[in-house]
Amino acid sequence: MPTQTISPDISGYYGDYGGMFIPEILRTTFEELISAFKEAKADPEFWQSYVNVMQNYSCRPTPVTPLENFAKSLGGRFQVFCKREDLNHTGAHKANNVMGQGLLVQRMGKQRVIAETGAGQHGVATATMAAKMGFECTIYMGSVDVERQRPNVFWMEQLGAEVISVTEGTATLKDAINAAMRDWAESMETTHYVLGTTCGPHPFPEMVSWFQSIIGHESREQMLKLNSKLPDRIYACVGGGSNASGIFLPFLEDESVELVGVEAGGHGIDSGKHAARFSGGTVGIAQGYKTYFFQDDEGQMLHTHSIAAGLDYIGVSPILSHLHDKKRIRFTSATDEEVISATKLLIRTEGIIPALESAHAFASVIEEARDIPDGAQVLINLSGRGDKDIFNIAEAIGDHKWQEFLEKKALKS
Amino acid sequence: MNLTEYLNNRLKKHKILLMTHAVVGYPSLEENWKMLEAMGEADVDLVELQMPFSEPSADGPLFVKANQDALRNGVRWKDYFDLMKSASERFNFPVLMMNYCNTAFSMGFEAYCSNIRIHGGEGFIIPDLPFEEFGELFELSRDQELDPIMLCTPTNTEKRLQNICEKGSGFIYCVARKGVTGQNTELDRHADDFLRQCRKYSNLPLALGFGLSKPEDLCQLHGKAEIAIIGSALLKTWEAEGEPGYRKHLMSLADARD
Repeated sequence: MPTQTISPDISGYYGDYGGMFIPEILRTTFEELISAFKEAKADPEFWQSYVNVMQNYSCRPTPVTPLENFAKSLGGRFQVFCKREDLNHTGAHKANNVMGQGLLVQRMGKQRVIAETGAGQHGVATATMAAKMGFECTIYMGSVDVERQRPNVFWMEQLGAEVISVTEGTATLKDAINAAMRDWAESMETTHYVLGTTCGPHPFPEMVSWFQSIIGHESREQMLKLNSKLPDRIYACVGGGSNASGIFLPFLEDESVELVGVEAGGHGIDSGKHAARFSGGTVGIAQGYKTYFFQDDEGQMLHTHSIAAGLDYIGVSPILSHLHDKKRIRFTSATDEEVISATKLLIRTEGIIPALESAHAFASVIEEARDIPDGAQVLINLSGRGDKDIFNIAEAIGDHKWQEFLEKKALKS
Repeated sequence: MNLTEYLNNRLKKHKILLMTHAVVGYPSLEENWKMLEAMGEADVDLVELQMPFSEPSADGPLFVKANQDALRNGVRWKDYFDLMKSASERFNFPVLMMNYCNTAFSMGFEAYCSNIRIHGGEGFIIPDLPFEEFGELFELSRDQELDPIMLCTPTNTEKRLQNICEKGSGFIYCVARKGVTGQNTELDRHADDFLRQCRKYSNLPLALGFGLSKPEDLCQLHGKAEIAIIGSALLKTWEAEGEPGYRKHLMSLADARD
């Protein structure tokens, strides 16, 4: 059983961030969850059952792939590796968290799960877990995201989940979270809320990062085996922060390893249309926890923008905020445009189609290539695969044949 | 006279007191004023004014929309406190601030308390701030002689209920049921048991909220709670029937106090 390199204090804080800002009605449910998680975490058999499920059902351990062609296209002075979370069942690292929480739900004896989803990956993953483990399932999704990610909605419904389109607020991820919290405030006796990222009230950041840390533990071993040393830098995209926490945390005590989080730069930081909380955000309290939020000077949340729905979120993991302030993780951002060209480059050079979210990490490596020392070994977390983004990528690339195909299809029906 | 003394005084006149609610800026500041005038005429006992927030996670669909539209109408802190000041000067009922935690946090707890005091408020309700997270807010509110209103719910453990009640000030806000604002509540045996439990741990007046709407709901609470809180139901009436219907509904509730 792996050890956790960072733990919250008794009130759920990582330094100044985190906590439990929850309505009183949910208090007892949270207390139950905290104690169920604590027991599970202390039980080596639980972690082993988690690893077993992930091996039998979700291709773990996922490989680390050397990206020789990609590295060559950047000048060939340094080596690039990527951790293949895209090969997980359902196509992203989200599977780790949902299967872990699913096992916890079984332990707690609840019969129904609910979840929010942005890009739809977490929704599909939760619906898959529910189908496999026999839970009833409701997914909340902002109506804007429902439009952007129709294929995922289709699959969630096929998997037996009820998908509720949320039209309140900005109709994106944050509003889906509010709607899921409201559901939970009524249904908590029978229902578990499978929060999808390392955000929200304690114990979610701790719990989700614990399950996701399987990425970093594997990576550490794999990189040591491949190169007999640890990587020099690790890049990961940061929305809520679950794939980044997952790969970063097991390297926290390895001071030689530089950790780089890449936020969504949207149309550019100066445009104001982005989701880079560490560039344009301030500390606030919302959705049950304290962290950097994208908000105005009176604490009202602002609209975020990203080409990647999974990064389009107002807040960020309190664990990452703490490590940001401590300067253990460096944060940067990549624009929509940089992300599209990084996506194209990875597809052409390596035959790997990255999710637009994950492509942010690749875009930053391209952007920073000049400053990466000779002979360095760079590890990128490829958090998900990009087939799901076919509509958005095709549109962004401006592929005429695809457009014609869509029009013909539309005419036929 | 502090808030508790005021409430106990009013209880000499009525079997139960009536607390009403408005989301500032929804449907508009002008309409808020008309609501407040109607409350004044109905001699409502206590009013909570809600500062809109972009993430009102403890509210149901009706108030979520109200919060959102109020922000779209451009409501800022200044508009809120201007209305609070006018209301506290013009009407007899005490006014409470209701807001989500981020408003107080962004303002700074000290400025938050002094703003409420300067603009004539008597206390505050923050549904997403458990007492563990109050920090210096307890002391700051005492300095400004404000009552931080504590919320307790039927899902609280006995120990926690006791803890909340001990920290209570002004009155205790008892949430009648699970869920968010704006749905019907069956005032059944469970609600009675819950109120009896709260009574065990607090001498303060008990207010029951979440889902009350009709005069009969108030009558049923005679002898069980001291304050009935009506929020969503009145806003629904305003939306469906406008000012005349609102006044009628409000009057019928005010009459059900005796």
